[in-house]
Amino acid sequence: TTRGTSTDLNGNFNIAVPANATLVFSYIGFQQQEVAVGNQAAFNITLQTDTKALQEVVVVGYGTQKKSDVTGAVTAVTSEDFVKGQNTTPEQLIQGKVAGVQITTNGGAPGSGSRIRIRGGASLTASNDPLIVIDGVPVDNAATSGAANPLNFLNPNDIESFNVLKDASATAIYGSRASNGVIIITTKKGKAGQKLSVNLSSQNSLSVINKKIDVLSADEFRDVVNANGSETQRALLGNASTDWQDLIYQDAFTTDNNVSVSGAYKMLPFRVSAAYLNQEGVLKTSQFERYTGSISLNPTFFDEHLKVNANYKGAKTNSQFADQGAIGAAVAFDPTQPVYATNNFGKDYGGYFQWLDSKGLYNPLATRNPVSMLEQRKDRGEAYRSIGNVQLDYKFHFLPELHANLNLGYDRSESDGYTLTPANYAPDASSGGRRTQFEQTKTNELVEFYLNYAKELAGLDSRIEATAGYSFQDFENNKPRFVATNAEGVPLSNVEAGLPENEIYRLRSYFGRVNYALKDRYLLTATVRLDGSSRFSSDNRWGTFPALALAWRINEEDFLKNSNTVSNLKLRLGFGVTGQQDIGSNFFPYLPRYSYSDNTAQYQLGDQFYNLYRPEGYDTGLKWEETQTWNAGIDFGFLNNRITGSLDYFFKDTKDLLALVAVAAGTNLTNELITNVGNLEARGIEAVLNFVPVDTDKITWNVGLNGTYQKREITSLSKVDNPDFEGYFVGGIAGGNDNRIQINTVGYAPNTFYVYKQVYDANGKPIEGLYADVNGDGEFNEKDKYRYKNAEPKVYLGINSDVSYNNWTLSFVARGSLGNYMYNNVYSNNGSYKAFSFSNYLTNVSSNVNETEFDNFQLFSDYYMENASFLRMENISLGYDFGRLFNDAVALRLSANAQNVFVITKYNGLDPEIAGGIDNNFYPRPRVYTLGVNIGF
Amino acid sequence: CDHSLDLEPKYDVVSANIYKDFSNYKNILAKLYAGYAVTGQVGPTGNADIGGIDEGFSNYLRQYWQAQELTTDEAIIAWNDGNLRDLHDMDWTPGNEFLRALYNRIYYQVSLTNEFIRETTDAKLSERGISGANLEEAKLFRAEARFLRALSYWHALDLYGNVPFVTEEDEVGAFLPDQIARPDLFKYVESELLDIEGSLMAPAPGNTAQYGRATKAAVWMLLAKLYLNAEVYSGTARLDQAATYTKKVIDAGYMLEEDYDDLFLADNHTSPEIVFPITFDGLRTTTWGGMTYLVHAPVGGSMPAADFGINGGWAGLRTTKAIVGLFNDVSGNTDDRANFYTNGQSLEINDIFTFTDGYAVAKYKNVTSAGNVGSDPVGNHPDTDYPMFRLADAYLMYAEAVLRGASTGNRAQALEYVNKLRERAYKGQSGNITSSQLTLDFILDERARELMWEAHRRTDLIRYKRFTGSAYLWPWKGGVKEGRSVADFRVLFPIPTTDLTANTKLEQNLGY
Repeated sequence: TTRGTSTDLNGNFNIAVPANATLVFSYIGFQQQEVAVGNQAAFNITLQTDTKALQEVVVVGYGTQKKSDVTGAVTAVTSEDFVKGQNTTPEQLIQGKVAGVQITTNGGAPGSGSRIRIRGGASLTASNDPLIVIDGVPVDNAATSGAANPLNFLNPNDIESFNVLKDASATAIYGSRASNGVIIITTKKGKAGQKLSVNLSSQNSLSVINKKIDVLSADEFRDVVNANGSETQRALLGNASTDWQDLIYQDAFTTDNNVSVSGAYKMLPFRVSAAYLNQEGVLKTSQFERYTGSISLNPTFFDEHLKVNANYKGAKTNSQFADQGAIGAAVAFDPTQPVYATNNFGKDYGGYFQWLDSKGLYNPLATRNPVSMLEQRKDRGEAYRSIGNVQLDYKFHFLPELHANLNLGYDRSESDGYTLTPANYAPDASSGGRRTQFEQTKTNELVEFYLNYAKELAGLDSRIEATAGYSFQDFENNKPRFVATNAEGVPLSNVEAGLPENEIYRLRSYFGRVNYALKDRYLLTATVRLDGSSRFSSDNRWGTFPALALAWRINEEDFLKNSNTVSNLKLRLGFGVTGQQDIGSNFFPYLPRYSYSDNTAQYQLGDQFYNLYRPEGYDTGLKWEETQTWNAGIDFGFLNNRITGSLDYFFKDTKDLLALVAVAAGTNLTNELITNVGNLEARGIEAVLNFVPVDTDKITWNVGLNGTYQKREITSLSKVDNPDFEGYFVGGIAGGNDNRIQINTVGYAPNTFYVYKQVYDANGKPIEGLYADVNGDGEFNEKDKYRYKNAEPKVYLGINSDVSYNNWTLSFVARGSLGNYMYNNVYSNNGSYKAFSFSNYLTNVSSNVNETEFDNFQLFSDYYMENASFLRMENISLGYDFGRLFNDAVALRLSANAQNVFVITKYNGLDPEIAGGIDNNFYPRPRVYTLGVNIGF
Repeated sequence: CDHSLDLEPKYDVVSANIYKDFSNYKNILAKLYAGYAVTGQVGPTGNADIGGIDEGFSNYLRQYWQAQELTTDEAIIAWNDGNLRDLHDMDWTPGNEFLRALYNRIYYQVSLTNEFIRETTDAKLSERGISGANLEEAKLFRAEARFLRALSYWHALDLYGNVPFVTEEDEVGAFLPDQIARPDLFKYVESELLDIEGSLMAPAPGNTAQYGRATKAAVWMLLAKLYLNAEVYSGTARLDQAATYTKKVIDAGYMLEEDYDDLFLADNHTSPEIVFPITFDGLRTTTWGGMTYLVHAPVGGSMPAADFGINGGWAGLRTTKAIVGLFNDVSGNTDDRANFYTNGQSLEINDIFTFTDGYAVAKYKNVTSAGNVGSDPVGNHPDTDYPMFRLADAYLMYAEAVLRGASTGNRAQALEYVNKLRERAYKGQSGNITSSQLTLDFILDERARELMWEAHRRTDLIRYKRFTGSAYLWPWKGGVKEGRSVADFRVLFPIPTTDLTANTKLEQNLGY
């Protein structure tokens, strides 16, 4: 039997217990203490502070730091705080958990990735992705052919912690790759002296679609065509009644099984794991399968003077990609047509109904039969990826304050795959089907060495730590080309495949850091990194990226030291400069050079065809993009850290943007060039609050809140200001070709929507084609577009809570976003009668047409702009811990979990959370129900 | 000294090395020609030459054609791509992305030719040890590059008028080119053409060994076009030279293709009439612009794509009744050039965006004169070449120059030339005209009949002062169904705002 009580405010308690009982005393932030009752009647208990909490370390670049010593904006999330449920890819583990970090999944496709933004990103045209470092190896985060997501090779179950470095003082040690923040992922390891433990877990899930796009039913569509269509169009109507969206989606199963063994074999701490994931997609024919294995060895030698940390992680992924075009096709396909039909031309199109022309040939403009798109097309990708490193840390025998650290790492992937459609797939029938294939090899090799010196200077009441090092990393990506063939493997032409794609670049760096602490309360961190990149000419190759941060641990001052209320109070101030060189696929932007064309781009001179040598545009003066970041923060903890939190303000100014802008016509060998021009500013506030409303021996309730306000603005985008210049169009939409709904303009946020102002009648109905004369020149034309809202939220939030009651735990994570706008491209592209403007096929329309009654497409109307603020219940999880069973032999835990439980939003489309803010063809995020079991030996 | 960061690309050739090897020269020259045909280094799309627009849209020929045709009575398009409809509505602005793409294409071509001309000066060739036959060939290549640059500058002169001016003297880099006034650009193009005239190959009609390359005849044709439009371009008529140079083309040995329709088919590279083509190939010269666009975009409605040698139509381009009205018989049975497709199409255009409004035009096809489909088994890309300059145009230009008062030609000759075209079209003499019927108005109409959809119409209407104003209205001119007057400043297109921003030395054309 267990019984319990709580103390009063002064710590007094009463409890009636038998003499053979054991009293257990616990309090947050203190070590638990057990006392046998015996014959004592009164107890005077003094709990020891839980030094584990105080000794909590965070992983920073090239080392670790005590959390209390950190001067920058760093958030650590460890495995016990990870988002629960069926998380198949690593970044989902911290979704909504970290202030200033937005993780937006790219939809519900199995294995698919996410867009990760830390404080909004610092670039305009160059990469906005954070640097990801896995066990000390900075990995290549660019897309891998044949894999849906460059991170999905990593098994989330192997991950011990995420450390998110947000401000320059934390990231500047990674210099040139640090402007968008750094995420350091550390995997689980065995510990010295640890008992052998075996852990088995299995999670099995059912994914279901919870919402479909609202389109006209077959009968409604018949009415609309009969009322609005031409005679030839009416004649095209069929007699069937097909709900195409019903036919393309399925309930999908996922199974995720893990086994890991960890412990120490004699002097060798180790951890070995293996896992198998099989995830079906809710869109039929999509599937993701992953085999992973990892080994981690951490022996020490020479009386702990030499520590070795060796890691290997390998994965094989098999992806079956469904043709996601089927999602849009299911919205647009005529519901009066059947799935299967014989045609009048005797052509074999696999039995599927398709729109044909007067000679029985497939009409390429028409919508494809969505079911045929899924069932007749194979799209496979297979990828092997492994990442490994050996890190040697040697503590000098004669000078134990000095460590030498050598890290050798690599990251390599090999992938291949193909797409195949048979000869009777109507769109490819003319060529007898179609098969394309690909292969890719990516290699990234790393050599790093640093010295670390740490010393307590007792006489000065200070502590100093200094690190200096060198890093060299080499990237190569090779992708041979193949010719397309028909389904039988016969090449579609006698023209041979072109030269492989080959991408290489290197980074060489020197870095250093000094941490200085005076009286354990005045902290200083200074870092500098000197970075060289092969992407720039030798004149501009090197960049210096310094940072400085100060912190004041106010709670260590005499006036607070003994406070019962304030347990932690720290002020942080940091400034730093970071760089950016990742401009995507252009690896020699400074170098005058000629490229050789593919064999499909030749030119005939006389009776011979010649491949083309093209001089490439270049900018010899291209250099680093630089971001200056200011950060001011306060960390606090009250009531023995029962309430903790932090507040940070940041300001980032990126100058010499690596921006793709127009060059003066005739001055370079292209019209748009990546040039150092322009400025982008970002500022924001992050707030975090964690508290424990209830803490008794039976019930513990934790609540965590985080919120971020951020704003970005382009402050310059050309060498000379021209107020008449509209800006650069971005944000391609469906409807027409090359229509773009967003613009980058000075004075506005990146990717601001650029639309016409819709005029409404007295009843609030949009008047077709009538827009406000925004510029007031008396006429309506393209100059009347205005800049309206933005896809990025003003504020985003995360809320998480867990309650444990005895052996039960109940937890949830919710995320929200305010002030983000969405262009409803599903409405604009399907919401007009014009959708069936063709005389030889019909297209269904969105039910939205009942509201607008638009005849013609009004693609640029701000009517289609919607506020997509939302609150999503990401995850609710219930677990029961059976404790140790069968004579303490087995630990058992069961859990039940629901993901994507509900979304509160006013947005009319399928999902308000789509990176980029253009809703079209979105792979729906399913609701996922999971049962899990965890067994430990 | 550590060189570990001095990487070089594996497959690209560093510019400093490419001109050392003469065997590379022809591949560089091929790019200069291909600039009119393809959009990048991977066909039909990939590794684009210019950015800021869909790669298929960025095609030189496609945008040049659209600027010359969609702005007139000859063509109208059903697509709601960006501000495409503004071309026919004639209310384009300096932000128009299609006009920007064309401008960027022109200057891309100027930049590439400048680079080649700069790298093949006599001094540089000698420095690199290019000698003997290679030297002679390199010089010929350089002259051809100068022709191509003159051709693009002519487009700039015709379309945009007052434009930035860069030559091989300007190295690649960040500088702001000066703007050149239209009459000065006219003089420059003229002087370039006169300067290279002697250096190019002699015309060799029907000789496929040099097919696709610019010969003296191409220079003469371009000079003739400059001179015929000289009053528009420079304020001073140069009709004598117009007649002189058209006569040179006519006397160079080219012959009218026997069957008019064969000029626009997949085997038109064999035509003895074509003076200068842009060549395409279904497998090796592929693009989503160029002839792929010109063969697919006009096919829609009930038109069977298979008849055009393609896998499907794009249901875009039609013509207006103003053009249909130039033919007494639209069936093509009388005048072979009436290639209208009327089945299911209405003559009137009530809605620009409905393909079946307006007669379709069945002119460009990916089938050979023998009826065989082109080489692309998928049916996307045609083998058909684009006849940029052809003999019939020279005939009509000669006649027009004479009628406008050229003293270097004569009316009887002009009538003979015009009637040669009539005889081919009518398959006999039934359509021949008399001397009194040979008027300037007749020539304008005859040009529309003979050269429809060959990218001459806008220039012709401007020369006849019928493009803007109310002297001539056609359906949907000015954005209204019956047509309306359009301000005169629209004879020139605007300098795109992107370039006004990038180059502060530029001044916008009047009116915009």
